[in-house]
Amino acid sequence: MATKAEAKKKPAKTKAKTEKPEEKLVTVYIMGKAHQVPADATIMGAIEYAGYQIKRGAGCREGFCGACGTVYRVPGDYKIYAGLACTTLVEDEMYLTQLPSFPAEKPVYNIKKLAPTVSTFQKLYPEVFRCVACNTCSKACPQDLEVMDYIQAAMRGDIEQVMDLSFDCLCCGLCAARCPAEIVQYNVGLLAKRLYGKYLSPESKEVNKRIKEVDKNAFDKEYKELMRMAEDKLKKKYYDRDME
Amino acid sequence: MYPEYMHESLKKVEQSRNKRLELEKSGEPVFPPMTAEEREDVLTKFHPDYKPDARRKIKVGPNKGEELTTEVADMLEAYSRVMPGLFDLDDPDYETDVLIIGGGGAGCAAAIIAAEHGAKSIISTKLRLGDANSMMSQGGMQAAGKQHDPPTRHYLDAIGGGHFDNVPKLVRAMTEDGPDVVKWLEDLGVIWDKNEDGSVHVLHGGGTSRKRMLSCRDYTGAIIMRTLMDEVRNHPEKIEVIEFMPTVELILDGKGKCAGCILYDLETEEYYVAKAKATIIATGGYGRLHIRGFDTTNHYGATGDGLIMAYRAGAKLMYMDSVQYHPTGSAFPEQIAGFLITEKIRGAGGQPLNKHGELFVFPREPRDVESAAFIRECVEKHNGIETPSGRTGVWLDSPLIEKLRGDGYLNKNFPAMHRQFIKYGIDITVEPMLVYPSLHYQNGGIAINEKCETNIKGLYVAGEASGGVHGRNRLMGNSVLDYNVFGRRAGEYAAEYAKSAKLGTLTLSHVDDYDKELKQAKIKADKVAPVLLPLYTPEAVRERQLTARYEGTLR
Ligand SMILES: Cc1cc2nc3c(=O)[nH]c(=O)nc-3n(C[C@H](O)[C@H](O)[C@H](O)COP(=O)(O)OP(=O)(O)OC[C@H]3O[C@@H](n4cnc5c(N)ncnc54)[C@H](O)[C@@H]3O)c2cc1C
Ligand code: FES
Repeated sequence: MATKAEAKKKPAKTKAKTEKPEEKLVTVYIMGKAHQVPADATIMGAIEYAGYQIKRGAGCREGFCGACGTVYRVPGDYKIYAGLACTTLVEDEMYLTQLPSFPAEKPVYNIKKLAPTVSTFQKLYPEVFRCVACNTCSKACPQDLEVMDYIQAAMRGDIEQVMDLSFDCLCCGLCAARCPAEIVQYNVGLLAKRLYGKYLSPESKEVNKRIKEVDKNAFDKEYKELMRMAEDKLKKKYYDRDME
Repeated sequence: MYPEYMHESLKKVEQSRNKRLELEKSGEPVFPPMTAEEREDVLTKFHPDYKPDARRKIKVGPNKGEELTTEVADMLEAYSRVMPGLFDLDDPDYETDVLIIGGGGAGCAAAIIAAEHGAKSIISTKLRLGDANSMMSQGGMQAAGKQHDPPTRHYLDAIGGGHFDNVPKLVRAMTEDGPDVVKWLEDLGVIWDKNEDGSVHVLHGGGTSRKRMLSCRDYTGAIIMRTLMDEVRNHPEKIEVIEFMPTVELILDGKGKCAGCILYDLETEEYYVAKAKATIIATGGYGRLHIRGFDTTNHYGATGDGLIMAYRAGAKLMYMDSVQYHPTGSAFPEQIAGFLITEKIRGAGGQPLNKHGELFVFPREPRDVESAAFIRECVEKHNGIETPSGRTGVWLDSPLIEKLRGDGYLNKNFPAMHRQFIKYGIDITVEPMLVYPSLHYQNGGIAINEKCETNIKGLYVAGEASGGVHGRNRLMGNSVLDYNVFGRRAGEYAAEYAKSAKLGTLTLSHVDDYDKELKQAKIKADKVAPVLLPLYTPEAVRERQLTARYEGTLR
């Protein structure tokens, strides 16, 4: 591993807006190599500041896509930390590596032919039942989700709870990377969500009724009128419309 | 944590909150909505599109002579990445019925429907499948499903919001398909927020006259996108997904029909030829071009690639003079500058306030008007709040929502927002957010009809890459609907067309011709496009990268 002294200091990006006071820098080790980066940077910002053009490991850049899963340690601490590079701040002396892709099982299925019961998990993700309740997955989750709890819920066939607890999952894969039972938690969550949306969420009668009306071309006349309307009349109609 | 010097202003926000809460509860607009004249006035004076150098004439191609957004014109006047002569087009590396460029929402919806119509397809996508703007939408999707809200009312709202420039047939297609999209997505497993009785839970959005914004908490895009991706992956026999393999040029046949594309492997830097009977562009928007230096809400790959490929091949663009800035981009802390704060916050009752804690605009004007009003408040009236890094912003009072709708409402309905701020010591249930407009959406795009056809036979476009649906200003919730409606339509019409399409000899001569046109117009060969990825490498690093001549962002 490179030493702190070897880390190259990069001048700050030229920001047009204002003259910033001298930036405070810290050292981070990116895959073992030391770089000096701004103390208030996100991990993603730090990687780019160090000079990498990211190809893998960045997607939305705002905490929604899970492309940027990162594991890191800090000196004097045995713990493995996990976070999203796009929203986690650097710490002095942290050593990190991105985990942009981790092999995962995703069985092919026909959603129309599944039952919203525990049997579906037994069939598609039998490894769920190998869960040893160690909670490592929850500790690895950058969204702070109760991952283990939703895997336990899947074992009980409580689809609603799996849905609820995994709702905010970004599929970054860090749980699956850490799981001693080799479960792909996020795919289990995704399956549960699809089952819930399709089979368990109450149906909206209003929407169904509306679809039938559209099928019968019920709005044709009104559409045609609007589409033909002279612009000044249309404008008047728009600005005069009532608000709910 | 907000710095000490902002506390005085924060105090004022707190002090005016109870009065504003009463106002909100009264059911009357909390601030008078603008008249047509007032809208016009604030737009021309303060919207970034109206700055003198915001637009310029494009010198080449199908829209030659038209005024376009300057950065878009610059990109369209760039040279190709490839040398057409080097390709053996008679021996394609891939062959398929429908080639789909872009694995976001529109692309995945198209692939699913094309498969239902019996077509085989390939999705070429730049990053991973679903690394797309579609993954990021928080607020929701408009669809007219309630009794008192016919789709024609949705039509009227969309047309007015778009300043009456929208293509009527496209707006009809979008609004009339809306209810069916709700059901289609639910049947695939999307979890809409529901009321006790099973009816869909709806809110207002900017420019809506009826509550018709459906949502999946504030992970609407993530839930829909992951459902569509999972469904795509359930059809490996029909749909092939090629990741980290963007398209860089279209291929035509001798008769001018679209016949496939050139793919580029981002990692090995190899090029491939893909032949297809029909092609769908679903490459999304261009936020990462950072128009006028603005921060953006968009994903990493949003560089407007579809526009340039289609333009070189002769497709017409529409409304590429109009840029959408989302009023509420985050302005503090610096690490999340430009990140989106969903409009749903205002839909739920969040109010924008100046440094004195006063309302200065109706919270739900159409986006361009609302953004211009924020800029006016900061730039002209000096009522903005300065950040330590030199930005300015106005407050967005989220705690008011808790007061209005009960404790815990924000945590339950805006978990993503809450998470984003709590990391920086800002609890949005008790403190407001600081916001400023952020580059958000490509209003215009490649011109299409309601079958997603372009003026090039065999070339279809769907989603944010297309133009005309939203006129010059899109309303919130209409683009999630747009990519579903037109993604499905593109999939269907392209698959049907592919059944009988006959291709002649493949050619890239249009690429040569375009480069010649650029030379004739005396345009310097210092840029290449598509851009593919934005460049965030510091200047000092670039200066030391001596081994290769970098022209665009990647070799
Ligand atoms: C933060 C955010 C929040 C939003 N919130 C809302 C909302 O609440 N409601 C609403 O209606 N709309 C919202 N929008 C807008 C909406 O999400 C998008 O307009 C819409 O999802 C676009 O879908 P798309 O499929 O056309 O493009 P995208 O989803 O962006 O997909 C385009 C895909 O094409 C890929 N690509 C790009 N170039 C190439 C190439 N050369 N070759 C191959 N692939 C390529 C991209 O990487 C991407 O995967 C939001 C947008 C953002 C950014
Ligand atoms: S880049 Fe999408 S979550 Fe970090």
